Amino acid sequence: MQPVLFEKIVHNEELVPSIFKLVFKSEYIAQNAKPGQFVNIKCCEGINTILRRPISICDVDRDNNYVTIVYQKRGKGTEYLSRAREGDTLNVIGPLGRSFEMSDRYKNIAVVGGGIGIFPLLFLLKESKTMKKTAFIGFRNKENYVLIDEFERYANDLFISTDDGSFGYKGFITDLFENGIANEKFDIIYTCGPEAMMEKVVKASYQAGIPCQVSLEQRMGCGIGACLACVCRIKIISESEKENSNKSWHYKRVCKDGPVFWGHEWYEWGQA
Amino acid sequence: MTDSLLKVEIAGIKLKNPVIAASGTFGFGREYSEFIDLNKLGGISVKGLTLKPREGNKPPRIAETPAGILNSIGLQNPGVDAFIKDELPFLKQFDTAIIANIAGNTIEEYCELAEKLSDTDIDAFELNVSCPNVKEGCVAFGNTVEGISKITKQVKKYCKKPLIVKLTPNVTDIKEIAMAAEANGADAISLINTILGMAIDIHKRRPILANNFGGLSGPAVKPIAVRMTYEVASVVKIPVIGMGGITSGDDAIEFFLAGASAVMVGTWNFVNPYACIEIINQIKSYLTMYKYKSIYDIIGKIQLN
Ligand SMILES: Cc1cc2nc3c(=O)[nH]c(=O)nc-3n(C[C@H](O)[C@H](O)[C@H](O)COP(=O)(O)OP(=O)(O)OC[C@H]3O[C@@H](n4cnc5c(N)ncnc54)[C@H](O)[C@@H]3O)c2cc1C
Ligand SMILES: Cc1cc2nc3c(=O)[nH]c(=O)nc-3n(C[C@H](O)[C@H](O)[C@H](O)COP(=O)(O)O)c2cc1C
Ligand code: FES
Repeated sequence: MQPVLFEKIVHNEELVPSIFKLVFKSEYIAQNAKPGQFVNIKCCEGINTILRRPISICDVDRDNNYVTIVYQKRGKGTEYLSRAREGDTLNVIGPLGRSFEMSDRYKNIAVVGGGIGIFPLLFLLKESKTMKKTAFIGFRNKENYVLIDEFERYANDLFISTDDGSFGYKGFITDLFENGIANEKFDIIYTCGPEAMMEKVVKASYQAGIPCQVSLEQRMGCGIGACLACVCRIKIISESEKENSNKSWHYKRVCKDGPVFWGHEWYEWGQA
Repeated sequence: MTDSLLKVEIAGIKLKNPVIAASGTFGFGREYSEFIDLNKLGGISVKGLTLKPREGNKPPRIAETPAGILNSIGLQNPGVDAFIKDELPFLKQFDTAIIANIAGNTIEEYCELAEKLSDTDIDAFELNVSCPNVKEGCVAFGNTVEGISKITKQVKKYCKKPLIVKLTPNVTDIKEIAMAAEANGADAISLINTILGMAIDIHKRRPILANNFGGLSGPAVKPIAVRMTYEVASVVKIPVIGMGGITSGDDAIEFFLAGASAVMVGTWNFVNPYACIEIINQIKSYLTMYKYKSIYDIIGKIQLN
């Protein structure tokens, strides 16, 4: 049985304006979490902001049962969450969703992340046992770049861009990635961030013949697969399913069938 | 474990307790079976079923509003045949009443659904003539006396199981709709479905839902739902199942006092997957606290001022 957990918050700190790192103690989540999965948090008790907020798992410490998430304060729910203090209780369900596919076959991996999409990728880099890991991460500007030290620790090669050039390369992270993929034979690429960025990453990976996984976002109701609120379009690939449908895609649930999908299945890519 | 305190009978269906998971919020039970023991529920109303599979509306399909949510799922479901083959056998492993919520574009479709499902192990039908999220049919049958009379009468002919008619709150006088359903053969009434609403993203200057409109549910609708339950229960003789914004035993008791014989819990399952179980226990505590012998002791027992 999957529990609804009431866990102790150990730490909640504003890393840079409006980006918070929250650490809580949870044996269940720490022991079961896989990279790419998320937790679903009730940010405020009672009938305010009733829906849970999905936040990716950014790190776990399995020896001490700590779970780290990093979130951006945006609307009402994350605003409540930002006010939580050490010792407060966190009403949380998780780990949820399909994780990134990690396998010993993938010896040379790359991650491409933008904005709040970088957090699940950090967990992936940390968990991956391979020796060759490259990270491409993009930020809007120097003011909101976070966790650089951690990325440096877990990636062999780190490429950083900012939109305004205030740190690293000036421009899109996909420019650096397209350059990287031309020079390096990656076995797999993982991406999470704005859709426009992921579309470019999927396209470049596809052209290079390298498998790619994307982590998608959608507004959620239940977060566990029951309500069908969180759907995205996924291509119909299997022949048997094609026979039963006159469409080239169907809706899949981001919370249960995802949030991680194969890039070539993701319908939005290549439609524009 | 049966507990006579909580037992109710609705149109001949015996429920071990009066708490039913509301249609569309509980899928076909699989996901929630990972959180709770489905054997403990009074019943489950499954996701709205249509004759053919339906993909539903474009996302975003959900928006949060004060003390509520707007949804525009648009009846995404695998179709009745897949339900009978793949989902019903799973649900029948549990000792709980299974209610088939059915929806269609034409009366003929509803009749065909009723015919197909009559020979299965479902316990009752819930006629969804109140879904605000699909363009054709459905709600159009539910918002006039003529519409509800005609569809209830026709579909009833094909039902070998009790027929619950689910009402939409998006009408001027819900009493006359309820009476029309009763007069044409409904065995019970359930209410309310969601209230048509809209939420706007002021930065994008567009509605949040891709469908523009959606159905409002959750605590925000409860006072309306209680009032409508009261109004309907006071004009029909058939049992009434109340719902809309129930989050606790106390909320459920309001519906019983207003005249409901059972309640359904929807949106709150999303917030708290244990909601139904906790509500069952809280109803029991209330009955015990006031030394009632049965849930029937409180059904419709409000005293108006
Ligand atoms: C699988 C997944 C993983 C995520 N991981 C992270 C993460 O690690 N760090 C992070 O900062 N953010 C993450 N997000 C985005 C995060 O869920 C939203 O920023 C957050 O829900 C916004 O809530 P709010 O209360 O600030 O905004 P409000 O505007 O008050 O939210 C209103 C409703 O819309 C939903 N919503 C609004 N924006 C989004 C969005 N972009 N995606 C999904 N739902 C949204 C909310 O959940 C809520 O139901 C993730 C989203 C998903 C789907
Ligand atoms: C996401 C969602 C999907 C729903 N789908 C259906 C449906 O398929 N058929 C139906 O009759 N009602 C459907 N409903 C309405 C609920 O069954 C219920 O009538 C309504 O939500 C009010 O109860 P609540 O406030 O407890 O959620 C749906 C509601 C929600 C929130
Ligand atoms: S949020 Fe309910 S199915 Fe994904």
